[in-house]
Amino acid sequence: MNAPAAVATATPDLEARRVVKRFAGHVAVDALSFSVQRGSFFSILGPSGCGKTTLLRMIAGFIAPDEGDIAIGGRSMAEVPPNRRPVNMVFQQLALFPMMSVGENVAFGLARRGVARAERNRKADAMLERVGLGGAGHKRVDELSGGQRQRVAIARSLVLEPTLLLLDEPLGALDLKLREHMKIELKQLQSAFGTTFVYITHDQSEALVLSDHVGVMNRGRFEQLGTPQELYYSPATPFVAAFVGANNRIAGKALAVEGDLVELQSSAGWTIKARRSGTIARGDAVEAFIRPEVAIIGRQVAELAAAPQQAVHEGEVESLLFDGANSAVLLQEAKTRFEFRIALPQTGRYADLKVGERVVFTFDPMRAVCFAADGPHA
Amino acid sequence: MLEAAATAAWHRRLMLGLLLAPALLWLFALIILPHLDLALLSFRERTGTREFVASLAQYRTFFTEPLYWHVFARTAIMSAIATALTLLIAFPVAWTIAKLAPGRSGAMLFVVCLIPFWISETVRTLGWMILLRESGVLPAMLVHLGITAAPVELLYHDATIMVGLVYTSLLFMVVPLVGSLESLDNSLIEAAYDLGSSGFSVLRKIVIPHAAPGITAGCIVVFMLALGNYLTPTLLGGKNSLWFTEQIYSQFITRFNWEQGAAFGFLLLALSTAMVWLGLKLSGQRFADVMRRT
Repeated sequence: MNAPAAVATATPDLEARRVVKRFAGHVAVDALSFSVQRGSFFSILGPSGCGKTTLLRMIAGFIAPDEGDIAIGGRSMAEVPPNRRPVNMVFQQLALFPMMSVGENVAFGLARRGVARAERNRKADAMLERVGLGGAGHKRVDELSGGQRQRVAIARSLVLEPTLLLLDEPLGALDLKLREHMKIELKQLQSAFGTTFVYITHDQSEALVLSDHVGVMNRGRFEQLGTPQELYYSPATPFVAAFVGANNRIAGKALAVEGDLVELQSSAGWTIKARRSGTIARGDAVEAFIRPEVAIIGRQVAELAAAPQQAVHEGEVESLLFDGANSAVLLQEAKTRFEFRIALPQTGRYADLKVGERVVFTFDPMRAVCFAADGPHA
Repeated sequence: MLEAAATAAWHRRLMLGLLLAPALLWLFALIILPHLDLALLSFRERTGTREFVASLAQYRTFFTEPLYWHVFARTAIMSAIATALTLLIAFPVAWTIAKLAPGRSGAMLFVVCLIPFWISETVRTLGWMILLRESGVLPAMLVHLGITAAPVELLYHDATIMVGLVYTSLLFMVVPLVGSLESLDNSLIEAAYDLGSSGFSVLRKIVIPHAAPGITAGCIVVFMLALGNYLTPTLLGGKNSLWFTEQIYSQFITRFNWEQGAAFGFLLLALSTAMVWLGLKLSGQRFADVMRRT
């Protein structure tokens, strides 16, 4: 962890140096350091209460850090009030001004900078055009749909050409269908404008789809900072493995450690192998994570085409979770009744599995990951 | 089926009528009837003992006698100033209650504003007199501090009337203001600040437009209270207070000239109606929106 977000070729647009914020004895943000490269889409992903909103509000300038420093575009932001920072924010509830028209909302920041009326109307119209709302300037805010309001909120900030655009879970209030659509739109807007986006969310799919880099935040610290692929395929901590993407978690004790492989036994007595992450000694409490799509299911052992040394497990179908291409099956391991989730092949094979049917399954231990247990967590 | 629905609708209307009956009765018996009688009174002139003719003489007297319309204009202007002062003082108070004081302390502040109203208005006004009269607390303190050589009379000035009017009206401004400021989403303020606003432009562009119905409601109530106030100008302003309600009182009670008093009453009603209309026009508010805030 704490690896730089990327190899910085220029001054990073955002740099936090050992930023600390405490609230009544509770540490909301704990000595956090990171940097965000110019023009990238950076997400801060974490459960509610992890300190991500506090961090974002410190970047925007609404609250001051207790320790450490935040620099934007290479300039320290200590003592700089929010209205003087080269940063704009898209609020969770968007916070469009209901007493103004759409055009006035977009021109608001320009007016505050003293841009002449004709010029700011021209700029506001041009910006609305760019976000696909050309000619909507005279409309009232409550005449717009949820997605259109979203675009107005972004246009209102981007028209000021900020160094950094902060987004505070802006998709949270939208319904699922629109959220999926806006995800794509946000990504396209970001690449079209080339503005650095800092996005906070508790939705791992938003973070994975949108970001160039993601910081996974927990209890005021970054558990891991990396590309979405790194987070997904090589989680650095059990928290990241459990929080990012679906995962089967098996807690137990290390029976043997051979090179990169750990053999672990669950408390119920199920034995599996997984790749070691960090130092693990024989007898340590450990937890392993196996992604549903890593395991392969079959009716016969022969169907699995497993490597000879790969263990084959038996199970019984507990329930079928049909969800189109994301369908999965929930099994109970034959001996220990351990609940295990396996993604079904997208070809539709095994779609005819019945509850109670006996099946076999296997997985490549190198694609499962095992950590020393770090106590209870989400 | 249709008949049943019609009966149900009739029942509903009957129910509504019964529920509204006390209010309507009150409105009719205590507001409309006396006003109709006063209207008739104001449009007649006594020509002899128990002899009356319809005439505009009462209204003519108002315009031909400078004292009357001077007092009328003075009352209107002083009330407008009192309203403006009340707004200026109440706004920071309402802002503190609605936005700055968290939870319980906001409610406590509200109670503090309310407490003076547990005491009768007469007693409160007499309290001001005890404080301000020549032999009172404040002049004695000024002498003690060496600011004035001898006790000064602080009663019976226009400023004293103003203090009394603002003090009496403060709560009626604070209540609608708190209501309208509480409904202002804090993120709007933050967003405006984030987009480069100064504190002043947040106030001008976001807070005041949002609170406009509440501000208008408070101003209307306070203006009407000041205009129709009798006790405060009389007690704090003394003989020089020259408040229009005193003119009405003296016509009815001292001179027993009900016709003139009725005409004055209607002129005052016309004035407050005109001012409310003007206020709504100037602030671009709709009467219904504003009344919902009071």
